[in-house]
Amino acid sequence: MRDQLSLLTMRLPVLLAALVAVAACTETFVGHQVLRVVPQSDEELQKVQELQDLEHLQLDFWLAPRRLGLPVDIHVPFPSLQAVKAHLEAGGVSYSIMIEDVQALLDEEQTEMLRSSRQLPLSTETFNYEAYHTIDEIYNFMDMLVAENPNLVSKLEIGRSTENRPLYVLKFSTGGTNRPAVWIDTGIHSREWVTQASGVWFAKKIVQDHANNEGVASILETMDIFLEIVTNPDGFAFTHTKNRLWRKTRSKHSGSICVGVDPNRNWDAGFGEAGASGNPCTETYHGPYPNSEPEVKSIVDFVKSHGNIKAFVSIHSYSQLLLYPYGYTSAPAPDQQELHEVSAKAVAALSSLYGTKYKYGSIITTIYRASGGTIDWTYNQGIKYSFTFELRDTGRYGFLLPAKQIVPTAQETWLGLKVIMEHARDNLY
Amino acid sequence: MELPPSHFPAARAAAVAVGYLRYLRGGPGRGLQLREVRSARRQDIDDVGHKYYLELELEDVLDKGSTVNCTAEVLYHLGSKTSAPDVQVTVQGELRSTEQADKEFYNRIRSLEKELEAENIPGFILVPDSHGNVPPELEPIHLLAWAASGYVIWQNSTENTKFHLAQVKHVKQVKRSDEDLQFDYVLLLHEMVSQEVLPCGVSVLWHPERGARVCHGPGSA
Repeated sequence: MRDQLSLLTMRLPVLLAALVAVAACTETFVGHQVLRVVPQSDEELQKVQELQDLEHLQLDFWLAPRRLGLPVDIHVPFPSLQAVKAHLEAGGVSYSIMIEDVQALLDEEQTEMLRSSRQLPLSTETFNYEAYHTIDEIYNFMDMLVAENPNLVSKLEIGRSTENRPLYVLKFSTGGTNRPAVWIDTGIHSREWVTQASGVWFAKKIVQDHANNEGVASILETMDIFLEIVTNPDGFAFTHTKNRLWRKTRSKHSGSICVGVDPNRNWDAGFGEAGASGNPCTETYHGPYPNSEPEVKSIVDFVKSHGNIKAFVSIHSYSQLLLYPYGYTSAPAPDQQELHEVSAKAVAALSSLYGTKYKYGSIITTIYRASGGTIDWTYNQGIKYSFTFELRDTGRYGFLLPAKQIVPTAQETWLGLKVIMEHARDNLY
Repeated sequence: MELPPSHFPAARAAAVAVGYLRYLRGGPGRGLQLREVRSARRQDIDDVGHKYYLELELEDVLDKGSTVNCTAEVLYHLGSKTSAPDVQVTVQGELRSTEQADKEFYNRIRSLEKELEAENIPGFILVPDSHGNVPPELEPIHLLAWAASGYVIWQNSTENTKFHLAQVKHVKQVKRSDEDLQFDYVLLLHEMVSQEVLPCGVSVLWHPERGARVCHGPGSA
């Protein structure tokens, strides 16, 4: 049925559209068939032309008889099927059944049209990477990606958010047991929409590279990749429904009417020190205690129990920066020099695509003092290659980055990510 | 003392200088943004404050191919709660002329029957919207808001802040009897260090030959 559909939509879109329009109103095409004849002789051609004169058969020639060797497509109503087939067979004219049941095909076409008007793509091939999506659309994308690539991609639920939304991580693996791994998260701050959108693009890119045996395919030979696309689903849902510029989680802790904790101040690294706020009504509120937020705790638990993550990249926007630890202290990270060199290489790769300018350095020198941050914790856990990206732009649109910049942003960022992943692969510790 | 251009003190001072310049030279037909901090130096002046000397590379977002170099001085006063930083900017070379675009915009707005208004309520448009879209006819309004935000940013910046315009929440044209156009904006400003989004009301006068002027008064930052 699928083949017939693509046949139709490729060759006869106008007719089908007309039929659909009709079908939507009154008529039924149950049991109708479309037959194809390719007359090879004058006798055969004549036999087919005779059918045109038999008005009571109510035939509809989608492709009329013209000359030898050219196909003739005949839409035959159910009551006339026997007569038409008998006529052709008696004349020794061979035919094929192009469409076994026109109504069934129309039903399927209607369903697809409805689906595309509700913007639910049929596959990750038809998914629109150049647009921003809702949480349902992204979760649907993830399920499609897994279904299309069951040997490479699986979906893990690592916990539940405050509002009980599932926290999903995609695992990309070609096998092995607990291989050294790369972790990438996007959307921890919900208003940074280009990051979740880039995460979706990354997921598809990993699958494509693997299929074409290029890019990260070589990394996947020895390492796994974990990707959490919607790291703060409650906040993300809130940005779609109520406040596009919401940053935090949506937790309510006793003692305040204000909602939400900054998930990038809630980690157990310099928790509560300068560089975060103790006021629940502020955007950098660190929360009542480390890992109070399930969105954070679930990652902490995952990282600890996995035990073999070698690179950890947390993605934010905006400012066009590549950052490494620390944020909570001005003491340089012991691996500062190596991290600085890797950053330089990653930024050069990123810039090579569209000339996008990035700066890089430690969090505390490059952007601000920030305590309780993600990569400070992961670095202190021993994950040496801990980085944060701040994606496009530098303030002209800020969080409201035009959708047409999603794909270029994801493409250039991916080049930087690959440098980090390759470095981790080549310098396992 | 020399400052690494990639470190935040230089970046924050640069943002003030660019905000100031955007106010002075920006408008419906020109939006200036920072491409790169070439060099930065800081001088601590006893009893006065901290003075930054900057070499900046800018670009007009409507003319991205070309770059504009400028030098800037930003003096943050000691105890800077009350006064805005002193800023001086010198642009090297000429900025692309916006005379044509300015005249077109001016005439279009003057000829509107009904005053222009766009707001965050159903049926109206936020600028940009959630997906970053700016309808083409509102692009000059957005750029003018961006220029006006430069004034607010300059006036409210300290060494511990870095502001950007996050969104235009409301814009309403106010018809005037003189030749200026007046737009009352509610701007949402994003402050990078605290991560807060702060609303700010500002009235802007604009004329093709006189440029943008922000009015002080009730509702202004």
